[in-house]
Amino acid sequence: MKKYWSFFRIRFSTGLQYRAAALAGIATQFFWGIMELLMFAAFYRWSPQNFPMTFSQLANYIWLQQAFLALFVLWRMDNDIFSAITQGNIAYELVRPAGLYAMWFVKNAAMRCSSALLRCIPVLVVAVFLPAPYGLTPPPSLQAGVLFILALLLALATTVCLVMLVYVLTFYTMSPMGIRMVAVSLGDFLSGSVIPLPFLPDWLRGVVELLPFAATANTPLRVYSGQLAGAAAWQAVGLQLFWIGALVLLGNLLLRRALHRVVVQGG
Amino acid sequence: MITMREISKSFRVSRRKAGFAAAAKALFHKEYDVVQALDRVSFTIGDGEMVGYIGPNGAGKSSTIKIMSGILTPDSGQCVINGRVPWKNRVEHVREIGVVFGQRSQLWWDVPVADSFELLRDIYQVPEQTYRHNVEELTELLDLSTLLRTPTRQLSLGQRMRCEIAASLLHGPKVLFLDEPTIGLDAVSKLAVREFIKRLNREKKTTVILTTHDMQDIEALASRILLIGRGRILMDGDLQTLKKENTVYKTLTVEYSGGQLPQLAGATVQQSRPGRATLRLDVGVLPVPEAIAAISRQVGVTDLSVTGGSVDDLVVSLYQKYHI
Repeated sequence: MKKYWSFFRIRFSTGLQYRAAALAGIATQFFWGIMELLMFAAFYRWSPQNFPMTFSQLANYIWLQQAFLALFVLWRMDNDIFSAITQGNIAYELVRPAGLYAMWFVKNAAMRCSSALLRCIPVLVVAVFLPAPYGLTPPPSLQAGVLFILALLLALATTVCLVMLVYVLTFYTMSPMGIRMVAVSLGDFLSGSVIPLPFLPDWLRGVVELLPFAATANTPLRVYSGQLAGAAAWQAVGLQLFWIGALVLLGNLLLRRALHRVVVQGG
Repeated sequence: MITMREISKSFRVSRRKAGFAAAAKALFHKEYDVVQALDRVSFTIGDGEMVGYIGPNGAGKSSTIKIMSGILTPDSGQCVINGRVPWKNRVEHVREIGVVFGQRSQLWWDVPVADSFELLRDIYQVPEQTYRHNVEELTELLDLSTLLRTPTRQLSLGQRMRCEIAASLLHGPKVLFLDEPTIGLDAVSKLAVREFIKRLNREKKTTVILTTHDMQDIEALASRILLIGRGRILMDGDLQTLKKENTVYKTLTVEYSGGQLPQLAGATVQQSRPGRATLRLDVGVLPVPEAIAAISRQVGVTDLSVTGGSVDDLVVSLYQKYHI
């Protein structure tokens, strides 16, 4: 366990060095959040009763999404891992007494945590002071708040599991570009990053909400404002746990098969 | 104790002709060739041995190292190292070995070497006291003191290689695999690395297996040589026996005035024009001093030079002998 903690620590502290990137990220996230809110505001002015979330719930959704973006966007991947696979430095990763899956999982989780930590505070602070209904409001109950933190951590785990699949598949394709594009564009839509999932038509929503992508950003963001509450919330958390288990299993299985036929590129 | 029995490994290599048409065709139909990297390779290496693993490029040296270090899984055959099968008990196995790939880096590029060392300490779970002792010792032997505080990217190749070797030994492995550890190093760094490896083997009884193209490495380090070519072990022996058993040729160039060169058993004339001749001597049959004596009895020698007979020549002649 201690070695994985060390990986986490070194990756986390390296991640904290990227202050310029964090500043640029914060600016982008403000801009994005404001644009999205204004767009939805235009729709809501037309007929607020036709929407599945109140405008204040939506504002919470958008600000938390911007604040914790680094935790659950699929496009945040580790280029070192891709180059290790395609250039052959995987040889050194394999002579370490550590499970490759666990090692990469921890590195990715650490990278996301450090980057989220740098970005979330300014976004959250400003969002709290925005006028209602555009600002961030506290969760409706303590239970919702606690459940939000749990779902947030599970969303991080689910996201890393999905990204791990992209790494593992690179062993087979030798170029990450294809799967990366498909995974990112599909994932963005299906996890509610573009439009929150409740806005989808019912027939589509029923299916999409069962997919592993829905277990990422979608769950914690809706739990926070009580849009998912009670049994439905617990069900969503259960689904997260299920997908984490299934994805870890699948990832390890594929990785074991890949390692069995691994070729160290470049001699 | 390392036992390799009948290890085979093949790779699929995709091949196509150059050019756009061939690339377009390969979109629909990829052609693969199977390359037999290792073909029933067997050998045993005892504890504390120092073995030089030589062969031309693409002979299978690195593949063997990678199988022994648990990175590659062979197609067939058995390999047991200290009672474990490397690719099956990878995590337990690699705890006891150290590996240096001369062409790659295991140190984190942007951080001081000492930080990389500390991460390795945590990965291998080396107790603090052992770690400090090992670092001190390695620092002294490899002269690392100023390097430890320098980021890896600012080290020269020779400095980096010394750090790489140290990094592979922090956890005190019983077996050390060195895949071309002296590649690209200057004479001074090579000597330092060799001296260190020798000492490590002598004092810690670490088993060392090294691949190299540098024959001086072999001469300085390896008491035993394994020759591999086209995926097969062609020869296994020590350098002395090897030199004795394999014909070593030397080239003798004589310039002389007047007279006729004698016909000598063990000498073949390669080039001859009046006053100058190049002879190839089979020193097993005709030692150089005897040849010179015989020649100077017949002709008036004005100049004379002897070349060849180094380990390099020996290896070239071995490659020729086995057609690799």
